[in-house]
Amino acid sequence: MNDYLAVFIFIVMALGFTAAGLITAYLVRTSRPSLKKNETYECGEEPVGGAWIQFNMRYYVFALLFVVFDVEAVFLFPWAVVFKSFGVSALVELLVFLGILLAGLLYAWKKGSLQWE
Amino acid sequence: MIYASQSLGDLWNWLLQQFAELCGSLGIPEVIRYMVEKGAYAVGLLVFISLTALVMIYMERKVSAHMQLRYGPMWTGGWHGWSQTIADMIKLLLKEDIIPDKADRWVHRIAPIVIFVPSLIGFLVIPFDKYLIGADLNVGILLVFGFSSIAVLSIFMGGWASNNKYTLLGGLRSAAQMISYELPLVLSVLGVIMTVGSLKMSDIVMAQKDVWFLFTPNLLGFIIYIIAGTAEVNRTPFDLPEAESELVSGYNTEYSGLKYGFFMLSEFTNTFIISAIAATFFMGGWNGPSWLPGIVSFLAKTYLIVFLLMWFRWTFPRLRVDRLMDFGWKFLLPLSFFNILMIAVWVLVKK
Repeated sequence: MNDYLAVFIFIVMALGFTAAGLITAYLVRTSRPSLKKNETYECGEEPVGGAWIQFNMRYYVFALLFVVFDVEAVFLFPWAVVFKSFGVSALVELLVFLGILLAGLLYAWKKGSLQWE
Repeated sequence: MIYASQSLGDLWNWLLQQFAELCGSLGIPEVIRYMVEKGAYAVGLLVFISLTALVMIYMERKVSAHMQLRYGPMWTGGWHGWSQTIADMIKLLLKEDIIPDKADRWVHRIAPIVIFVPSLIGFLVIPFDKYLIGADLNVGILLVFGFSSIAVLSIFMGGWASNNKYTLLGGLRSAAQMISYELPLVLSVLGVIMTVGSLKMSDIVMAQKDVWFLFTPNLLGFIIYIIAGTAEVNRTPFDLPEAESELVSGYNTEYSGLKYGFFMLSEFTNTFIISAIAATFFMGGWNGPSWLPGIVSFLAKTYLIVFLLMWFRWTFPRLRVDRLMDFGWKFLLPLSFFNILMIAVWVLVKK
């Protein structure tokens, strides 16, 4: 039997569990909204402007670096599974692969992309 | 025949066999039988998760209290305030649901579901005992990492949709932190996978029958895993996303009631998953003394890691943002590459 069917069943049940909780809360909770209560919370101060603003470029650079390294980490997983049976040739290939990866990291480092201002 | 000394896994296996025989005699199709079996396991798992969350919240309070020479909850329910977390759950259920007028209403509503459901799914591939594993997938560990990384998305959704400066900052910091520490986390388990040659959880536990990977060169991987795991679940000293002294409560500032509860619960379920994976990959999973049921030794190891994470909270001060990112990218990431190389050489030499 396909094991992914079990994953699917569990996703459906987890969604049902979450929904059941939210529906129960919806049925039993109070609701007395007021203008002051629904204001954006800023420690009692009147909020100046919205929060949907431009933010630091750094976050974007780190997200980009993450995508590069995460994809490479995904490549390493199948390699790790077959490593034992392939032996020395797999190690040499890893050295080449990690070398390229580390060169990229060093480049980003030198470029100052890892610097948080 | 079933004996009292046998573990829960054997009991479950025995029940499955009985059920299969019953289905065979009644002529029920295989698909229906499989779905009923997995459905029953899922129900049991959901009950277990709810109880685990309650126990862990109570434990967090008591451990924190005793480390600060206080008692913690003492009144609710009588004996040492044991029902305090149950009372808190009821309170969260009854609380009013406040959505700020300026918020993006639908994203604000969906964010807690997006964080809670994936944090439940990770439990499916955790091997509690010999037969007690929801789905022994051949990509087991990848499923856990895949689903647990969705949490970043949800935290950012919650932080952005609230339209509040604190939540935005908390969400952004959290996203940056979690993606930075996900790399060392994923790379640190590669050493174990190389030693075993499989991504399947049961294979990894079986490989540790004689010696835990903790006592091999994989120790370095374990240390990297614990540090990165602490950052991944936003626990102190890496709890910048919800640094209460500067950001009120971080990304969940504008949440109340059960929606806040889901954020909090998923933090505890994720902590459990991180600890359970540590117990499986480095501490031998259900392997233990023969007189102890497998599930007991598994849970004991998992709660040992949970306790360690709680201990961290009262030992280390919070890091600064720039130091946090430096530590992740300039120290842990190169170290985990070194770990892979070291394990590769070790595996070859051993062969």
